[in-house]
Amino acid sequence: MSHSMHHGVLDVDNDYIHAGYGLKSWLLTTDHKRIAILYLISITIFFFVGGFFAFLLRLELMTPQGDIVTAETYNKLFTMHGVVMIFFFLIPSIPAVLGNFLVPLMIGAKDLAFPKLNLMSWYVYNIGGIFALYALVNGGVDTGWTFYTPYSSTYSLSNVVPVVIGAFILGFSSILTAINFIATIHKMRAPGLTWFKLPLFIWSQYATSVIIVLATPVIAITLALLLFERVMGVGIFDPALGGDPILFQHLFWFYSHPAVYIMIIPSMGVVSEIVSCFSRKKIFGYKFMTFAIMAIAVFGFLVWGHHMFISGQSVYAGFVFSALSFAVAIPSAIKVFNWTATLYKGHIEFRTPILYAFGFIGLFTIGGLTGLFLASLATDVHLTDTYIVYAHFHYIMVGGAVMGYLGGIHFWWPKMTGRMYNEAWAKFSALILFVGFNLTFFPQFVLGYVGMPRRYYVYPDEFQVLNVLSTAGATILGLGYIIPMVYLLWSLRHEKSAGTNPWNATGLEWTTQSPPITHNFEQIPIVSGEPYVYHEEGKVVA
Amino acid sequence: MWSFPLLPESASTIADKVDALFYFLVAVSLFFSLIIVIGLAFSAVRYRRGSAATRKGALDDHLPLELAWSLIPLAIALFIFGWSAKLYFEMRVPPANAMEVYVVGKQWMWKIQHPEGNREINQLHIPVGTPVKLIMTSQDVIHSFYIPAFRVKADVLPGRYTTQWFEANKPGEYHLFCAEYCGTSHSGMIGKIVAMEPADYERWLTGESQLGVAMSSDGKEVFERYGCRTCHRQDTGPRGPALDGLWGRKVSLANGETIVADQEYIRESILNPGAKTVAGYSAMLMPTYRNQLTHEQVNHLIEYLRSLGSAQNSK
Ligand code: HEC
Ligand SMILES: [Cu+2]
Ligand SMILES: [Cu+2]
Repeated sequence: MSHSMHHGVLDVDNDYIHAGYGLKSWLLTTDHKRIAILYLISITIFFFVGGFFAFLLRLELMTPQGDIVTAETYNKLFTMHGVVMIFFFLIPSIPAVLGNFLVPLMIGAKDLAFPKLNLMSWYVYNIGGIFALYALVNGGVDTGWTFYTPYSSTYSLSNVVPVVIGAFILGFSSILTAINFIATIHKMRAPGLTWFKLPLFIWSQYATSVIIVLATPVIAITLALLLFERVMGVGIFDPALGGDPILFQHLFWFYSHPAVYIMIIPSMGVVSEIVSCFSRKKIFGYKFMTFAIMAIAVFGFLVWGHHMFISGQSVYAGFVFSALSFAVAIPSAIKVFNWTATLYKGHIEFRTPILYAFGFIGLFTIGGLTGLFLASLATDVHLTDTYIVYAHFHYIMVGGAVMGYLGGIHFWWPKMTGRMYNEAWAKFSALILFVGFNLTFFPQFVLGYVGMPRRYYVYPDEFQVLNVLSTAGATILGLGYIIPMVYLLWSLRHEKSAGTNPWNATGLEWTTQSPPITHNFEQIPIVSGEPYVYHEEGKVVA
Repeated sequence: MWSFPLLPESASTIADKVDALFYFLVAVSLFFSLIIVIGLAFSAVRYRRGSAATRKGALDDHLPLELAWSLIPLAIALFIFGWSAKLYFEMRVPPANAMEVYVVGKQWMWKIQHPEGNREINQLHIPVGTPVKLIMTSQDVIHSFYIPAFRVKADVLPGRYTTQWFEANKPGEYHLFCAEYCGTSHSGMIGKIVAMEPADYERWLTGESQLGVAMSSDGKEVFERYGCRTCHRQDTGPRGPALDGLWGRKVSLANGETIVADQEYIRESILNPGAKTVAGYSAMLMPTYRNQLTHEQVNHLIEYLRSLGSAQNSK
């Protein structure tokens, strides 16, 4: 182990990574930074598992007929891809890794409010994961990640029960993290750090936590009801047992639409930090940005019915849900415009994180705008349940959320590990990701418009060309995820030390050493100024 | 083999209207994407670090701008909403003169029957120029009846009827897809829609390959066989209400509500008689036929009751 002495930090050995050695010191830690690393490892494993499923799906779809897997396996693959990516990767990704690491650091606190709950949340997450993996090894599950009844409750012969139990348990890990963030942000801000001086990343974590706390219990109850019906035959959803055939969809989307915001809002926070830092400019319209985040969080609860325009919901309910869905697009538009305006007259430096931020803004814009096609009633009738829906939400979830997550990893990696990484490789892989992503998902917009339904194992010949393009893109995309694994791991041993503040960023997390000491700060900081003071009277604060 | 469409076929009266809205949305999307992309590119080049461009007057707040980019998109959004809602209403509410066809979905096939009796599997023959209304239900899980060339789709639910309508305007064969995931062979639950000139359709309907009897006659037979007549006698026997003239009539229920007797009401009266009780009758009396009748038989009964005459005798 070599440690360089830097920037007047006297005792580098007490940084959180070297605060203890051995497995036990990690598995029983209550340090939010170490828990963030534990989460990072867990979700990365799940990410590559989910990605592998996606790769098999794309491979199968190269030709119109079934070739490499059976229909049943195909259905299980897309189900497990969705379950793993949504529940085990996207929902925890930014909050549990970056949020865990940064929330205390960014508000000048020593740790989260409830460190033990924080550790518990990681264990709960993994217990949920074990159920899911058990189901996988035991033959998989084929209901789709949406678990629609009565297929999931009565007809599916696959491992519905363990997966549903897994997702049920997993929800509690999100709730524990969210409660922790809410309490911490309310109670543990450094002296002088008032609400409107908080970095937007903190606002985004706060909004996300509120959504998680309000929405997750609903999915827990829904999944529990599903289990009652499947295991005990209590008629809730299946009309053959006296249930209501679309009740499940109402309950499911009441959680799962807000869950979309659980996945995207944290990325918006990350992008705000990056854009401001690398353009050396205060974030444009700070207050509007905070209102927009909270508006998305609130309105997000009122639009679930837009998933059901063709489900036999009444015409008038359709009107209401459609109008509200258009309304919720506005705060997202505000955010995109404000990021763009932030860059205007800035001093933009093209380091790796801002490339991801640019990718995010562009792809999220496309994802958001194509959402209008689905919020609009008459076009949705044709487009829903086709490949356009895949394309739309992958632009939001992968082009948006994952790009934001990777941007954040690249931005705070020096802080988390104390190391820089090879920027040439990093920029190259950002480019690969961008190209691969668009080649994978843009053809799916066209596929949807010409009418290819989603979740199709075999398909008519005329859809083949677009499918081949998409598979080619997915191969490039996959590469774009593997390269960062290599240079980031490599950096831990071989790259130069980052120093306290390699990007010259504002924000309290950059005032303490990298990696930070266990208690984060030598002294609790006192905050007097606004966030994002990158320019003063025309001159850049370097 | 390598010819592939980038636009779907358009073969119904609604399709071009949906496409017009679709292309308007494409235009709006292009417009906003370009603003953002050009904005990003402009700043990226002109305001890259170290460039000579002046940064004088850089802002980090501007209320009029914020209002502009909130309110203008909102206005556009509301405009799209209105346009789309109007069209959706048109798509969802069938014209009164629509011809009706019954659809029963099951894992993994579409069973279709015309009131005249013709049965089809995974195929639907229709005339062009006539509105067609589908009365659909599922005998197991949720399916979705999707005809891309007509730009219509509606979920097919167990335990309830859903409907959709369309009017083909171009003879030809079109894809029929199941669009709601329904298990192993979901992608095999496909078929074709055959839109024909009216004269061809008449010929097909009465053609020699069509052995069926009208749904209403099948229904009459079911009515006799399952003993419906013991309670529902012409002379308003002591037990159940008379059923002729029921179709389309307003029925007063025991709970004080009134309801129009349509397919859904009759289906429910047969399969779940306890749910809505006719005023003046005992809720306990009529047995449920839930596990005795097939979905097709229920459809037959409906057509039979309908043939007994309707409230609006014009129809
Ligand atoms: C044991 C007597 C009995 C038999 C058998 C019976 N019904 Fe009924 N039915 C009733 C009674 C009583 C009512 C009114 C109370 C209610 O609505 O449940 C009724 C109501 C109805 C209604 C609603 C009528 C209205 O005016 O709104 C329909 C439709 C109906 N039955 C159809 C059938 C059919 C079809 C069958 C045979 C498959 C059948 N019933 C067999 C007793 C019976
Ligand atoms: Cu939604
Ligand atoms: Cu299906």
